[in-house]
Amino acid sequence: MIPLTWYLILSGILFSIGAVGVLIRRNAIVIFMCIELMLNAVNLAFITFSRQLNSMDGQIFVFFIMTVAAAEAAVGLAIIIAIYRNKATVNVDDINLMKW
Amino acid sequence: MLESLLFLIMGSITIACALCVVFQKNPIYSAIFLIQTMVSLAVLYVLLHAQFIAAIQVMIYAGAIMVLFIFVIMLLNLSKADEEGERDNLFFQKPSAIILGFILVVMIGTVTLKTVFQGVKGEYTPETISQIGNTQLVGKMLFTKYVFPFEIASILLFAAIIGAIILAKKRIIED
Repeated sequence: MIPLTWYLILSGILFSIGAVGVLIRRNAIVIFMCIELMLNAVNLAFITFSRQLNSMDGQIFVFFIMTVAAAEAAVGLAIIIAIYRNKATVNVDDINLMKW
Repeated sequence: MLESLLFLIMGSITIACALCVVFQKNPIYSAIFLIQTMVSLAVLYVLLHAQFIAAIQVMIYAGAIMVLFIFVIMLLNLSKADEEGERDNLFFQKPSAIILGFILVVMIGTVTLKTVFQGVKGEYTPETISQIGNTQLVGKMLFTKYVFPFEIASILLFAAIIGAIILAKKRIIED
């Protein structure tokens, strides 16, 4: 049996990689994929705790996180398409209308 | 023994592919590496006795969501637009982000290793789960204890569908 801290550390590493990706990339779609990566890391932590506590609630939470992630991906990609249509770019450096 | 070997292999594949997602220049390669990350995470879910979640991880994440991503990348034809887009306007952004990410890993690692995890153990041991069936248990929980969030999730998906269509469709009054 694998110690469950290994899973939690893997989840932490994945979350950090996702966070670094959000900070260093400028392509809006890649930033979006990094957010999905972070959501997946959280899912792994949920499943690990669900396994450790012999409970099903963690798995149900992962189910709901996947639902929200699907909704978020659909709306977010629609927003990116709308931005691309208006400004012909998905580079977040060029999308700076709200910068003062 | 075999289990920890499988964990080490899949864990290193997951981390390697996650790094490729972040550091690939072409967004389509990022998307394909993200699919591989999700599939290897599904293997880890099976190791944790969450077979149903592993199946929907492959179907919903690697199937539906990533197809949506790849579809949008191809629709916008991004591979060319990205190359000139990734110029460095802030030279210190990349190194400082990587240092901060490393600090985050160290923090999460120390907290995880120092904490003694406690909690009331539930009734669903791996033996019970394999006896009743993981899918059956998830279904039972969804329609008893979590029936209200389940209904809210359906409304959320409905709102997301309408929102996506409204946002992505061409404006009729535009010109």
